Amino acid sequence: MPMVPRCGRSCRSQAVDDPGVTHTPTPRLRIERRIAPSRFASALVPVVSVLMALIFGGFVLLLSGEDPIAVYRAMLDGAFGSENGIAETLVKTIPLLLAGLGVGIAFRMQLWNIGAEGQLYLGAIAGSGLALFVLPDAPALVLVPAMVAAGFAGGAVWGLIPGMLRAFLGVNEVITSLLLNYVAFLFSDYLVYGRWRDPAGFGFPGTAPLPEAAWLPRWGTTRVHLGLAFGLAAAAILWVVLRRTRWGYEIAVTGENERAARYAGMPTVRNILLVMAVSGGLAGIAGIGEVAGLGHQLQRNLSPGYGYTAIIVAWLGRLNPVGIVLVAFLLAGLLVGGDQLQMSMGLPAAIAPMLQGTILFFLLGGEALTRYRLVRVRRPAVAAPPRPVGEVG
Amino acid sequence: MNDETDPAPLAIEMTGVTKRFGGVVANDNVDFAARAGEVHALVGENGAGKSTLMSIVAGLYRPDSGRLSVAGQAVQFRSPRDAIAHGVGMVYQHFMLVDSFTVAENAMLGQDGQGRRLDPAAVERDLRRIGDRYGLRVDPRARVWQLSVGEQQRVEIVRLLYRGARILIFDEPTAVLTPQEAAELVRTLRGMAAEGLCIVFISHKLDEVLAVADRITTMRRGRVVATVDPVAIDRRSLARMMIGRELQPADVRGHLLTPARAERPVLELRALRATGDRGLPALAGIDLTVRAGEILGIAGVAGNGQRELAEAITGLRSATNGQVLIDGRDLTNRPARAIARAGVAHVPEDRLGTGLVSGLDVAANAILRDYRRPPLARGPFLLGRSIAAFVDRLIARYDVKTSGQAARLRDLSGGNQQKLLLARELSGRPRLLVAVHPTRGVDIGATETIHRLLREQRASGLATLLISEDLDEVLDLADRVAVLCEGRIMGIVDAATADRDEIGLLMAGIGNGSAEARHADGSTMRPVVSVTSGG
Repeated sequence: MPMVPRCGRSCRSQAVDDPGVTHTPTPRLRIERRIAPSRFASALVPVVSVLMALIFGGFVLLLSGEDPIAVYRAMLDGAFGSENGIAETLVKTIPLLLAGLGVGIAFRMQLWNIGAEGQLYLGAIAGSGLALFVLPDAPALVLVPAMVAAGFAGGAVWGLIPGMLRAFLGVNEVITSLLLNYVAFLFSDYLVYGRWRDPAGFGFPGTAPLPEAAWLPRWGTTRVHLGLAFGLAAAAILWVVLRRTRWGYEIAVTGENERAARYAGMPTVRNILLVMAVSGGLAGIAGIGEVAGLGHQLQRNLSPGYGYTAIIVAWLGRLNPVGIVLVAFLLAGLLVGGDQLQMSMGLPAAIAPMLQGTILFFLLGGEALTRYRLVRVRRPAVAAPPRPVGEVG
Repeated sequence: MNDETDPAPLAIEMTGVTKRFGGVVANDNVDFAARAGEVHALVGENGAGKSTLMSIVAGLYRPDSGRLSVAGQAVQFRSPRDAIAHGVGMVYQHFMLVDSFTVAENAMLGQDGQGRRLDPAAVERDLRRIGDRYGLRVDPRARVWQLSVGEQQRVEIVRLLYRGARILIFDEPTAVLTPQEAAELVRTLRGMAAEGLCIVFISHKLDEVLAVADRITTMRRGRVVATVDPVAIDRRSLARMMIGRELQPADVRGHLLTPARAERPVLELRALRATGDRGLPALAGIDLTVRAGEILGIAGVAGNGQRELAEAITGLRSATNGQVLIDGRDLTNRPARAIARAGVAHVPEDRLGTGLVSGLDVAANAILRDYRRPPLARGPFLLGRSIAAFVDRLIARYDVKTSGQAARLRDLSGGNQQKLLLARELSGRPRLLVAVHPTRGVDIGATETIHRLLREQRASGLATLLISEDLDEVLDLADRVAVLCEGRIMGIVDAATADRDEIGLLMAGIGNGSAEARHADGSTMRPVVSVTSGG
C-alpha cells in the first residue's frame, strides 16, 4: 500500500520561539513534495530496500552473536546452492507466485486486497472438497482441471465478499479482506478437525488423502509440481491482459484515476468485482496447488503465511507480472534459506520472516522518497511575536 | 506605525504584494488594508486573485514580493500556524475538520500543548463561552459528521476564535449554505465586527456584499480596482468594476452569425433540473437550444451551476427533472457511455482530475474515448499498431508538443494536455461539444490554437456549448451568450451586439428595471431578459 506521509509537525515551521528575538538563519531538513514522482527513485527503491533490510538484519544477527556473512552465505547456499535447494525454492515459488499475481492485479486497481491468505485456504477447501466428495472416481484429465477450477472459484468467492462490500457499500476492503483470513483459517480447522476428518487418520487433523488422479504430476524426483506451470501461465496471461486488452486498460485507468474512468463510461462496479474475483481466484489456485501438489490432503497450517508474503512479492515486483515471477523466486529462496539455517546452524527459522518484514518496511519507507524529497533549508528570521489586533493603539 | 488618533487601527496592511504561480501572476503589486471592527468585502470574478491574496494573509502562501503587516507589525508567515499565532484565521470553503472528532477535539487539534495537559472540560467551557458571546451556538461534544454544513462552518469559526483569532477571513462562506444559514452567518459576521474583530469576506455575490460590508475592495485580474463605501455605490457600478469597464466593440468578430439560425437543434434542454454535490438544487429549470454550427456561450460567475449543467448533459450527473435531447433523441439520465456514443464530446472543467489520467502515457490518454471500438480494438484486444497510428495522427493534427506517445501525461505542459484532450474529444466527429473552461490555466499559444479549433469545428457544423469564466473568451467565440446565475438562465444575448454591462448585471442576478421588479416578486423562473430571439 502506498503510505503517503502526512506533512506533520516535523516538516512545518516550528512554533514561534522567544518573542521578539530575531533568529540567525539555521539550516534544517524539510520534506518537500516532488512535482512528479522520480522514476529513477522508483526503480531504485526495491533494490535498495532489500539491501537495507539485509544490512539491518545483519545488525540483528550481530546482536545475537552470529556472523552475518556466514549466516547469509548459509542461507544462499541452502536456497540456491544445490539441486535440491533450488527445487525446494521452486516449490515455495508456486504459491508465492500465484498469490502474488492475484494481489498484484488488485493493487493495480488500487484495491487493497490483504486477503490472499484466506482466499488461498478457500481455494484449497473447495478444490479438495471437489476431489474428495464430488468427483472421487474421475480420471485425472477431468479431475485436475475441475479441481483447479473449483480452487479458483473458492478463492474468487472469498475475494468477491470484500469486493461487493466495496463496490456497493463503499466498505474499506483492507479490513474486510484481512478479517476474512481468520474466518477462512478457522473454517478450514473446523473441517479438518470435524466434518471432513479422515476416519482412518488415527485422530490426526486432516482429510483423507485425495484420489491419486488428483495428485499434480511432479518433475522427476523433486517436489516441484504442475502448479509451477499454472503460475507461469497465469503470469503470461496477466501480462497480456494488462498490456494488450481493453480490460487491462480499464484497470490501469481506474487505478490511476477513478473519476476519469467514470467520465470515460467505464463500468467501475463491474471491474471492482471482476478484479477481486480474479485476485482471489489466483490465490485459490495457489491453495489447491499446495494440497494437490504436496500434502495430498487438506490439513492444518496449509500455508505458513504465503498470502501475506504475496503482498511483499506483489509490491516488490512493482505489480508487474514479470517482476512478480522474479521476486516470488527470490523470496521463496529466502524462506528455504531460513529453513536451512534451522537445520545447518541451529538458528531460528524466524530469521526469514524477520528479513521479509524488514524488506517491506524499507520498501514502504522508500516509496515515500519517490514522491517526496529531503531538502536543506535556511530558515529566515522568525516572524514577530503575536499581539492581539484589537488592543493596538 | 499607526496614527494614535486613528479610531480603528489597520488589522491587515499589504503593500506591493505580488504572487506568481508558474507563469501566472495571481496577485500583481497589490495594496490592501482592512481595519479592526469592520466587515471588509473582497469581490471579483473567479481567478481575480482574491483567494490567493487572503491565503497569503493566512500564511498558506508566501508572497514573491511585497510586505504584510498584521496589527501594525511587519510579519512573514511561514505557515497557517504562524498566522494563527498572530491572530489571523481563515475559514475555507472546504472545512478543515476531522469528521470523527468532537467539536472540542477539533478545537484542540494542532495546538501546542506547551507542557499543559489537555483539559477537555475547560475547552468545552471556553467553546460555550465563545459561542454565547458571538451567537455561534455549537455543542462542543457533538461529533463533526453529525453536524450540518452550516453548523460545521460555525465550528470552524468558533475554533479560530478559541485559538485567539482577531482577524477572520471567509472564503466565499455562503457558497455552501442554504439561504437561511447564509442570513444567519451575515448576522454573526456583523456581530463579530461590532466586538472589534476584523472580518474579511471574499465573495462574488453582490447583493450579499452590499448588505454586509462596511467597505468593499474590488479585484480584477490580480489587481485591486478600488476600495469603496457600499453606501456610495450601487450594484450596477460594482458589477461594472468587477467585470471591467472596457466595452467589447461589436464588430471585431470575424464570423458570420446567420447560418446557424437555419440549422436544426443538436442539443435541447427542457426545464432541466439537477442537484449539486451537497444535495442543494444547482440547476433550477434550464431551457436551452444549441444548433449545429453554433457556439452557445454560458457566462456566469463560477459556482452558479456551470459544472452541474455540463455533467447533467454528458451523463455524469443525474437530472432530477426535465429533459436532455440530442438530435431530437431523449438521452436524459442515460449512462455517460451512451451519451458519448450519441456524439457528445466533453472537455471537462477539471482536466487532470476528470478528463485525463496524469500517471499514464500520452497514448493511453489519447484513446480514453474510443478504446472500445475499431479500429483501436478488436474484441477484447487493443490493437497496438492502429493505436500508435491514431495517436500519431492526433499529435500531428492538433499540434500537441510531446516527446512521444510514451511520455507521461503529467510531463506535458497544461496547454498541450488540453490540446490532447480536445483532440481526443473531437476525433470521433462529435455532434455536440460541451467545453468547460477549455483554456483555463493554458498559455497564450495553446489558447489561440484551442480557439482556432473551436472556430473550425463550428464552421464544419459542430454544435458547441462553451462554458467559461472568461467573459472575453465567451464574447469572442460565441454566437449567443446565455447568462447563468443560481442555476437559472437570466437571459440570452447576441454576442455580436452584447453589452458587457448588461451581461455583468445578469451575472450578478440583476436584470434591467422591469426585471428587477419581477425579481422582487420572486418569479424568476423564466428568462428575465432576452435581448435577441436566440432560437
